[in-house]
Amino acid sequence: MHGLGAFFADPAVGTALLLGSIVASVSGAVGAFVVLRGQSFSGHALGDIGAAGASAAYLAGMEPLYGFLGVGLLSGLLMDRLGERASSRDLATGIVLSLMLGVGALFLYLLTERTNASGGTAAVLFGSIFTVDPSVTLPIALFSLLSSLLLALLYRPLLLSSLQPDVARARGVPVGAVGLLFMLAAAIAIEESALVAGALLSMALLIGPAAAALRLARHVGAAVLLSAGLAVLALVLGIFLAYESYFWPPVQHGWPVSFFIAALVLLEYLLARLWPQRAARRREEGAAA
Amino acid sequence: MSTAAIFPPGLFTYSFMQNAWLAGTAVAAVSALVGFFVVLRGAAFAAHAVPRASFAGAAGAVLVGGDTLVGLGVFSALSALGIASLGARRDQSRMTALVLMAALGLGALFLSASDAYAPEVYALLFGQIVGVSRADALGLVGLLALALIAVALLYRPLLWSSVAPDVAEARGVSRRRMDVLFLLLVALAATAAVPVVGALLSFSLMVAPAAAANRIARTPPQAMRIGLVVALVSVWLSLVLAYDTSLPVGFFVAAVTTLCYGLARIYSALRERRGALRTVKPA
Amino acid sequence: MKSALRPVPEPGGILDLSGVEAVLGGRQVLAGIDVHVDPGEFVGVIGPNGAGKSTLLKVVLGLVRPSAGEVRIAGADPRRMRGLVGYVPQSFDPDPELPLRARDLVALGLDGSRWGFSLGGAPRRAAVDRALASVDALAYADQPISRLSGGELQRLMVAQALIAEPRLLLLDEPLTNLDLRSQAEIVELVASVARERGIAVLLVTHDMNPILRVTHRILYLAGGRAAVGTVDEVLREGVLSSLYGYHVDVLQVHGRIVIVGGAEAEAVACKA
Repeated sequence: MHGLGAFFADPAVGTALLLGSIVASVSGAVGAFVVLRGQSFSGHALGDIGAAGASAAYLAGMEPLYGFLGVGLLSGLLMDRLGERASSRDLATGIVLSLMLGVGALFLYLLTERTNASGGTAAVLFGSIFTVDPSVTLPIALFSLLSSLLLALLYRPLLLSSLQPDVARARGVPVGAVGLLFMLAAAIAIEESALVAGALLSMALLIGPAAAALRLARHVGAAVLLSAGLAVLALVLGIFLAYESYFWPPVQHGWPVSFFIAALVLLEYLLARLWPQRAARRREEGAAA
Repeated sequence: MSTAAIFPPGLFTYSFMQNAWLAGTAVAAVSALVGFFVVLRGAAFAAHAVPRASFAGAAGAVLVGGDTLVGLGVFSALSALGIASLGARRDQSRMTALVLMAALGLGALFLSASDAYAPEVYALLFGQIVGVSRADALGLVGLLALALIAVALLYRPLLWSSVAPDVAEARGVSRRRMDVLFLLLVALAATAAVPVVGALLSFSLMVAPAAAANRIARTPPQAMRIGLVVALVSVWLSLVLAYDTSLPVGFFVAAVTTLCYGLARIYSALRERRGALRTVKPA
Repeated sequence: MKSALRPVPEPGGILDLSGVEAVLGGRQVLAGIDVHVDPGEFVGVIGPNGAGKSTLLKVVLGLVRPSAGEVRIAGADPRRMRGLVGYVPQSFDPDPELPLRARDLVALGLDGSRWGFSLGGAPRRAAVDRALASVDALAYADQPISRLSGGELQRLMVAQALIAEPRLLLLDEPLTNLDLRSQAEIVELVASVARERGIAVLLVTHDMNPILRVTHRILYLAGGRAAVGTVDEVLREGVLSSLYGYHVDVLQVHGRIVIVGGAEAEAVACKA
């Protein structure tokens, strides 16, 4: 194993760890609700859409972050408004994704043509955490803060309307508005992680740790925190492994960080599945508290 | 505007275009047939995930020097089975996400290990008209025949299991079995569609035309017919536009099918409003 | 899923359960159920929630294997006799965008379990019309199901079960989510159709009053054990108290029966 000193001294690694951790923790937290609400498709779709938006931004030569966020918020809004029931929500997600990906595919194609290198597309699709511009750190941190605050604000009504929408309505909770606001908070978290690390990573950090945490934690609040923690863990380990892989024989090539993180997140989920199952009733009692 | 501008020479006569017409028609038909059940079962995520995941198989095939179509097929089937493996419907979107993530992770690995072949692999992302050979096109027609037989056989039990799963189960139609068969059907459609429309967007052929049809049709056979027409028209139009502009087919397919869905929604909303003014709700 | 030849029901009975026990998730849900149902008999399955009524239905349908005892439908294994059993589920909540008319939903019951697709034709249409007529649903036969009310959908599900000409009809809590008038209507409908055609009925409900008039016998399930007999035989303090394991009172209020749990028990099984 190569020296840890060299690992931490590398500036690209430093940026990756910092940005990645911020983004991972928010994704993990938001992800717990995304998975709880059965909105995994929307979560994935927003990541893909974000990646398509990024390529458009690269092509136009403009700062990608705002393009990402704008498209993400718009898509999140459309997905939420176009379908109410679970199955028609997935259909709405599919249609919006189809449209956005179509446009994005156009831009991706033009980008590949113009830059004449596969690297561009790979970077957008699969992540470029080692090559991200450090200047986005501040905007990312601010948006992450915004998303977390929104989540904290929404926590109780969101919990109730996710677990028991009828009861929530009866108690006067604006279920529709809460759902929409959550979708927007999620879109922020997902788009910024897609920007930093690509569509694949964005989805991995959103869904995997959350799925694991929901199996392990005793109630949803704990799951949110655990999920954030698992996401950061996977990210840090993943970056470390990706860095180390450059020195692994035979190829001095390195394996992509998104692969490691996806693998780690999957491992987290599989281990969580093997964990002895707690009574689901206890979780619901704790959640209602 | 002269017809030559819309239908430039070679649109129907170039050999590669003839292959494209053949392949595109076959793909549209398969996607529409399978798409009917996709929308019926609310399985839009699976329809997106399976072709997207299959792309990793193609990348893997390129890495080991195998046939990309085989790679596509294998990964399509594997991801379909992976999604079906949990069984419980409530969990399925979670499982779909995890399976997709696993496949994409592998895809990232394969791609990074073999960027010398990148252009061929990226063609599978967006779909290429030029890439389809006569043999490929005929193969797709074969897949269409297979899909026709499969859908014909599965039609009744799958319809019942999708509409009223408890009753169907009570009468001997295993919900689990129908789920697995349905997902394998999606894998079949994905394998057919990806080379022509691309891994990113082949799902739009499975989702949007059928969704449009469901808004307009009143019975299942009618929905299948309308979905078929919408898919065929979309693909044909997309081929013409892609040929004229040299932009990827996948983009046009997504745009046209989404437009069709939008029009269907408007149409059905108008029809509702007109109908509501006239009919009296039955007691 | 093969289309079965219709066997002649055993003179013994259309449904026989002997010593049936069922264990689900480590819990003993059914503990020794014995009942014999004759062709054309109407049996109400009643009891508090969680008593095992749905499990009993699943055992009869062959979807759950009893851990002990035997289930026989017309003398044979339930899984082979699926063609003889009609099932009406507890609820049917269709997607509002489903392109399906009322008659299409009913037609599924005719051959929906067979491979392939049906070629239509006059005999098929006639069978669907007959089924629709028997539940008084011809008026909305061509309506899309998204426009129909809960009560109307309920009737369609009954028609879907009846169209296959079953000898035994199972209804799982058909009365929840219905208003009182619709409850009375559906009970009357099922009872009269069953009487006409000699179909045995097993109707599961936690509210017994709507069926008391039409039922021949009741199967009262509490804590996994059952008392079977006529209304007068079963709905007695002695019988029910021993079933529940604690004292219960059986009260008559304006011709309706109310079961009230004893002082020891917090859980009150109150039906009104």
